[in-house]
Amino acid sequence: MDFNENFILGCSAIGAGLAVIAGIGPGVGQGIAAGHAAAAVGRNPGAAGEIRTMMLLGQAVAETTGLYGLLVAILLLFVKPLLP
Amino acid sequence: MMQGILLSESNVDFMIHGIFQYSFFGHTVWITTTHVCILIVMLILTGFAIAASRAMKKGGEVPGGFQNVVELIVEKLDGMVDVSMGKAAPRFYNYIGTVFIFILFSNISGLLGLRPPTADYGVTLPLALITFAMIRYNKWKYQRPMTIWEDLCSPLPKWLPIWMPINLISTMAVPVSLSLRLFANVLSGTAMMALIYGLLGWIATAWPAALHVYFDLFSGAIQTYVFCMLTMTYISNEIGDGVRR
Repeated sequence: MDFNENFILGCSAIGAGLAVIAGIGPGVGQGIAAGHAAAAVGRNPGAAGEIRTMMLLGQAVAETTGLYGLLVAILLLFVKPLLP
Repeated sequence: MMQGILLSESNVDFMIHGIFQYSFFGHTVWITTTHVCILIVMLILTGFAIAASRAMKKGGEVPGGFQNVVELIVEKLDGMVDVSMGKAAPRFYNYIGTVFIFILFSNISGLLGLRPPTADYGVTLPLALITFAMIRYNKWKYQRPMTIWEDLCSPLPKWLPIWMPINLISTMAVPVSLSLRLFANVLSGTAMMALIYGLLGWIATAWPAALHVYFDLFSGAIQTYVFCMLTMTYISNEIGDGVRR
């Protein structure tokens, strides 16, 4: 079977679009982290600095899975590994 | 034109390019834009370090000007290591400080018009491998071999190493996830800026500066902090309350 080059590129674009759906998870997770951090600052305003640091650290770690999806999308669009 | 606009090579370009090649024991080795950018970063940091050591050498009791800046940087970095590593901290001042300054400057070198060196997996993977080697070495240095074996078969008793392969995989995942996190964050910023500049043309004047503040400064600083923080957390987890042999 040999596929047309344009067909492969189109499928790569669809795959890239599907891959960045991975962004949903980190979005929800970061929102939860930010909400809880806001609640924590409300309860203890004195610890705002530490809470902000911890929130950013947790969010950056939670972001990783979304970035994997983004990485797959970027590879599909620009490196084009599926082209013969 | 047979390709879509995103895929044309002329307007969107954030890839690594080879500059020249040479033969190294029969292998063809490329000098790429990453090498050049990393060389520039290294030169700037070396120049800063020489200037800093000269300022410290003739510095007085009362610091002034440049000496203040250098002392502030060193104190902040050492304080960061102190907070998260506790007693073992002084052994890691050098490594964490070096890595922090290098990654931070690499990330924000996009502001100078360079392609950030950390947007190349060949740069972040060695950094993560150094960290990984340090984690393993300190585990070996601070724990008894029996404790290491018990940790390896962790949820089950030590005479039943069924769970060991899973633990081995999760150990091996540490450098991969560390390096991919840094790489993907910086690369995504670079890619988005390239898309904005490449596809919007003259519309992208002046206002992308705000995006540079986010993608280069904010995201770069956060990812630097996360890399160093995770390095310190992993190492101090492995050290535990062990005594150095």
